[in-house]
Amino acid sequence: MASNNILVFVEQRGGKVHSSVCQLMSAARDLAGATGGSVEACIVGSGIGDLANQMGALGAGKVYVVDDPELERYRAMSYATALCSAIEAADPKTVLIPTTFLGRDLASRVGARKRAAMVIDCTEVAMDGDDLLATTTLYCGKTVATFRMSGSRLQIATIRANAYPAAEVTDGASAETVAVAFSLDGDASRAKCVEIASTSSGVKDVTEGDIVVAGGRAMKSEDNFNILFELAETLDGAVGASRAACDAGYQSHNRQVGLTGKVVTPALYIACGIDGAIQHLAGMRGSKVIVAVNTKKEAPIFGVSTYGCVCDLFVLVPLLTQEFKKLLQG
Amino acid sequence: MRILTVVKQVPDSNATIKVKGDGSGIETAGLKTVCDPFDEFGVELAVQTREKRSDVDEVVVICLGDDSASGVLRTALAMGADRAIHVNDPKFESMNELFDAWVLAEAIKKDEKGFDLIVCGKHNIDLDSGAVGPALAEFLNVPHVGAVQGLEIADDGSSLTARRRIEGAEEVVECSMPALLTIEKGLVEPRYPSLPNLMKAKKKPVEVLTSADISDADASTAGTDLVSISPPPPRPECKMIEGEPEEMARELVKLLREEAKVV
Ligand SMILES: Cc1cc2nc3c(=O)[nH]c(=O)nc-3n(C[C@H](O)[C@H](O)[C@H](O)COP(=O)(O)OP(=O)(O)OC[C@H]3O[C@@H](n4cnc5c(N)ncnc54)[C@H](O)[C@@H]3O)c2cc1C
Ligand SMILES: Nc1ncnc2c1ncn2[C@@H]1O[C@H](COP(=O)(O)O)[C@@H](O)[C@H]1O
Repeated sequence: MASNNILVFVEQRGGKVHSSVCQLMSAARDLAGATGGSVEACIVGSGIGDLANQMGALGAGKVYVVDDPELERYRAMSYATALCSAIEAADPKTVLIPTTFLGRDLASRVGARKRAAMVIDCTEVAMDGDDLLATTTLYCGKTVATFRMSGSRLQIATIRANAYPAAEVTDGASAETVAVAFSLDGDASRAKCVEIASTSSGVKDVTEGDIVVAGGRAMKSEDNFNILFELAETLDGAVGASRAACDAGYQSHNRQVGLTGKVVTPALYIACGIDGAIQHLAGMRGSKVIVAVNTKKEAPIFGVSTYGCVCDLFVLVPLLTQEFKKLLQG
Repeated sequence: MRILTVVKQVPDSNATIKVKGDGSGIETAGLKTVCDPFDEFGVELAVQTREKRSDVDEVVVICLGDDSASGVLRTALAMGADRAIHVNDPKFESMNELFDAWVLAEAIKKDEKGFDLIVCGKHNIDLDSGAVGPALAEFLNVPHVGAVQGLEIADDGSSLTARRRIEGAEEVVECSMPALLTIEKGLVEPRYPSLPNLMKAKKKPVEVLTSADISDADASTAGTDLVSISPPPPRPECKMIEGEPEEMARELVKLLREEAKVV
């Protein structure tokens, strides 16, 4: 019989904890309030023991650390083995994982191995007795669905970025650290990340930005995207693009947002010269706040936006950059 | 070398999705369906790999779905797959990726010769989870590489090198085979099947597997069950910002700071 505890998987890259982990901590606290259990965390990586205190400050009572040189870079099989070892040690009721590429990939392998109940990309999770009710979107965001995850199984939910507010930091709160033994079985070495080259430009990947500035076909050229990069840099955000802009060669499709691109849910999405085709909305309608800049007031993008400006983007974007610079750089 | 490619029938992305009155699912009558766009990348990759290499014996396509899904198998056969496996049984209808992956794995295990390379799409545009590929790899006990954008298979077919870009990092991953890959946009451009190839596809063999063929089919979806499905709640109406561009910029920045509190 599992405990009533909620285990949060702490996604980190190079010792830097993913920004949505503190949001998961507040989701976990809500769930633990209902189960009467406590919030615990699990960190997998190499040389990451220091992060345990950070998790303590965010409210984790116990932190399971799987620290091994073999775990320096993400590999699905070895990370799955590491997380499963931590799950065996912690015996949680529910595991929360960020909805990132890594989170989806890892949750799915662990879910299969553990024969767990699982829902990917939840916007909301709540206990119902022993079961976990999880809300997610299906069919390109055109529907909302709620699933019941049975209390008779391990429950795994990945949580969408910005679905929950960040947990507050309590300075000085510390966590009990539990080192979890890890041994790389023969299986885990069958796939190996041999090289990592980080993004060349200083601008974040579209999936990493908590603010995304995106451009559509209206940008007309790669050079014209410079005004979006400038705005994104001012906001410490990332640059995205519609498929029309990628297909025209203005940006590489690594930046494409939408059905056949990346799905992003930043705190702020600024769509510049993007019409708002259903396939584009599929990739961004989950964003918290959406701004649309479009010359055509009938553009469907306004239908999902929080704020709309019917204006030529080439006029408005530089003015916005100026205003933000005034605000942020004094 | 034997290659398996996994395809799914999904609602066309332009289709309007209507939810059943009782919230138990979506209306499928009259719903336009297509082969998932990411799965088309997978089929194309499998077919191109055979075209490039002399050691590929067979490209097989598998689909879990009802009678209507035979269309996507025909498309894959017309694109160049040699034969198809259709896993079709009302007992296998689910909205649970782990169950789908389990059923697919059991069906794949029935093939005695086994597969060296299994290709899936990065995710499907219906459930949008990306869970089936990695879970299938787990059930088959093979390694996988997700979101692949570049691929080289060693001459001797014993390993592969995949490139991908995830969350800001360009990664190069080496992997022994057999292995499973999930394919990201950009690696290949799917071909349109020609009319003669569509005709030829009708003659290619399609094997149908049901719950009678898959032992222990009662592993059941239990664990994750749909409670209800509904249209998304409407977003609050868009606040249109008026005025000269300078005023608009000033007003928008103010609202983002003071009202929305996102900067
Ligand atoms: C299977 C499938 C998958 C797809 N996947 C994706 C996907 O992942 N992502 C995606 O984005 N699309 C995708 N699409 C394509 C999608 O249907 C649209 O064609 C595409 O999103 C259009 O891009 P756009 O809005 O940039 O271009 P357009 O539709 O050409 O819109 C340009 C907009 O810019 C406005 N505009 C023009 N000049 C200015 C100016 N100076 N200032 C301000 N506004 C201006 C116009 O009013 C218009 O609204 C997919 C389509 C299919 C069929
Ligand atoms: N019912 C199914 N039949 C065949 N393949 C599937 C099925 N469901 C999912 N897949 C495969 O698994 C991949 C990931 O799907 P998903 O986890 O649903 O996003 C897809 O691109 C398909 O290749």
